[in-house]
Amino acid sequence: MFIGFFFHLRARGLKVTLTEWLSLVRALARGHERAQLGTFYALARALLVKKESHYDLYDRAFAEWFGGLEDQYAIDEQILQWLENPVLPRELTDEERAQLSRMDLETLQRELRERLRTQRERHDGGSHWVGTGGTSPFGHGGRNPQGIRVGGAGGGRSAVQIAGERRFENLRGDRVLDVRQLGAALRRLRRLARDQGPEELDIDETVDKSAKSGGEIELVLRPPRKNRVKLLLLMDVGGSMDPHADTCERLFSAAHQATHFQAFRHYFFHNCIYDRLYTDISRYQGPSTDDVLKQIDKSWTLVIVGDAWMGPYELGAEAGGLAWGVSMSRTSGIEWLKRFAERPKASAWLNPEPRRIWNAPTVSVIRRVFPMFELTLDGLSAAVEHLRGARLVHTEPGAVP
Amino acid sequence: MFPWLAERDGQRYDDEASRRDGRCAASIDARVPRGMLRTMAPTTFDGTAGYLVAPELRDAVNVAIDLEKPLLIKGEPGTGKTRLAEAVAESIGAPLFVWNVKSTSKARDGLYLYDTVARLNDARFNDRDIRDIRQYIKYGPLGRALLSDERVVLLIDEIDKADMEFPNDLLHELDRMSFSVDETGETITAKKRPVVIITSNNEKELPDAFLRRCVFHFIAFPDEELMKDIVRVHQPDVEDKLLSSCLVRFYWLRKQPDIKKRPSTSELIDWIAALRRAGIPVERLEGEMPFVGLLLKKEADVEALVNVKTGKLRSIRQ
Ligand SMILES: Nc1ncnc2c1ncn2[C@@H]1O[C@H](COP(=O)(O)OP(=O)(O)OP(=O)(O)O)[C@@H](O)[C@H]1O
Ligand SMILES: [Mg+2]
Repeated sequence: MFIGFFFHLRARGLKVTLTEWLSLVRALARGHERAQLGTFYALARALLVKKESHYDLYDRAFAEWFGGLEDQYAIDEQILQWLENPVLPRELTDEERAQLSRMDLETLQRELRERLRTQRERHDGGSHWVGTGGTSPFGHGGRNPQGIRVGGAGGGRSAVQIAGERRFENLRGDRVLDVRQLGAALRRLRRLARDQGPEELDIDETVDKSAKSGGEIELVLRPPRKNRVKLLLLMDVGGSMDPHADTCERLFSAAHQATHFQAFRHYFFHNCIYDRLYTDISRYQGPSTDDVLKQIDKSWTLVIVGDAWMGPYELGAEAGGLAWGVSMSRTSGIEWLKRFAERPKASAWLNPEPRRIWNAPTVSVIRRVFPMFELTLDGLSAAVEHLRGARLVHTEPGAVP
Repeated sequence: MFPWLAERDGQRYDDEASRRDGRCAASIDARVPRGMLRTMAPTTFDGTAGYLVAPELRDAVNVAIDLEKPLLIKGEPGTGKTRLAEAVAESIGAPLFVWNVKSTSKARDGLYLYDTVARLNDARFNDRDIRDIRQYIKYGPLGRALLSDERVVLLIDEIDKADMEFPNDLLHELDRMSFSVDETGETITAKKRPVVIITSNNEKELPDAFLRRCVFHFIAFPDEELMKDIVRVHQPDVEDKLLSSCLVRFYWLRKQPDIKKRPSTSELIDWIAALRRAGIPVERLEGEMPFVGLLLKKEADVEALVNVKTGKLRSIRQ
């Protein structure tokens, strides 16, 4: 059943709503599916998928569902069968039912009827297949539509083949951050600014309102525009983090350029946090961890970036840092981490390693101290949500539980 | 109620057979002839002489126009997001209204502004009749689009620049295509729903409620073939050999990891124009990048790739 595609998309983590699905049905009813050379593949994507980071998820789901139907016509058949007898799923939640406005459905039904009627007339007149052929040359540039590839190779490939090419893999939100995505990702931290601090007087609005009411003073308050966020960023460098050095460096410089924090401090550590943090890792220069800790209070937000991957003794043993020659005290790494977890208002640990290996011993231990997120766009979004105090969204597409 | 909603009618379709036995088909009066899906869809847009459109984008535009839903366009800088709206307006012969969103933009600015200062001024210094508030209402692009008698194209450019509430604040107006002017108590409803094209550069995430209402398309960066055609739109008589070499260089440059700001279509067009004007022979593109400043706008990017003194490329990582 065609409707199964809807559930399949949802099962694959795309949050397609019923209203969106109905727009697709409407578009099909209005004959968009065979719009010139366009395919059902692209039409459904335009109406159901609203983020490019979900394109790849969609591609995979599409290929899975329609796989084997190499011929566009076979997909048409499925759709057609369903349109003949368009049962809506009974697995609707109350919320979805509420979303369905009576008007939408009735319009839809009317349109379908209308289309079937004109269709039959056309059918009788023997002039179907209009629109698939003789379209105008592409873009008036003198190129025939058949000549345009959607992805790179020649035309005429099936939607399933196109989907199978996974053209949008690098736009996924659940992959380790691409260099250029970092800037955008970090801007998400701006969200931290929301809901913080007392309201401020909005002078423009106040003057405006007061003028309108003929000079009667009307105070207008608004949430603060200025970002009050104080961000402490601690990054693991070297050792097992080497493969991620590039990502981390970019994350770091992007954060550094971000001028929208009230305060921004950053230090490096090596492997785990011991009694010293570094501003310059190559020269092992930097303040004592204690000093940094003392300056952190509930007005701060802490983000740690690291793979949480180390020998168990490096984390648990007293003076675990001695092995590295970087610690003189007897405080264990985990003890330092716990102290850091306690001080700020909120904290998050970003891990560049994929979630599936997070049950490694030291990672598990650290996850008990810090909420951990993947260093991906989705992960960073979730981390920001968490830092803002919102509830965690566990259902982000692509997140491997 | 609506017969498609099986369960609402108290019916359950417990197996495929009962689903097919026509209980639902009653709502649709006949079987659909084969080939039904192969008829002409409502098509209005197919690019213009100055704007090339790939099929997926073209279809997204057409379905958005036909279903009267806002079209949200994302894509790297220079992929023709803004130009798309102009091309759509041109090809459907509708006037274009542009709303350039700024970080300080508020949703209401697009509808109208009530010029209280002018009114106070008039009250004090002029002998104009200030009782008619309407003369102090200045409509914004959205307001004007909704007031128009004919169908128009409204471009809301770079919506992600504004603050996070902005898109949500627009939902009502975009759904209903109407707004009221509090000061005068008037309600304005569009006679013809405008074609709304919204662009975003991904500075911020857009709210889900907003996204649900849009048709969405992400313009992928053009591949070499399409790019050749785009360049030819702007430089119809460019030599094949030069064009090919330029594209090789251009895509190579875009792949370099050290580059912070990748050059885009418009930079490529400018670069090729400059090379041609200066009459630079194709061969010089081998190990050099003349006028590299037109492609790389950041000094650090230039330094990363080109020896500034000699103009030679530093390292060619293919
Ligand atoms: N499909 C195309 N056909 C013809 N010219 C194009 C096309 N795409 C881009 N261009 C050229 O690239 C230039 C930049 O396009 P435009 O300003 O629309 O990009 P944009 O996506 O809005 O970029 P930004 O994100 O920087 O605003 C255009 O002026 C045009 O010359
Ligand atoms: Mg633009």
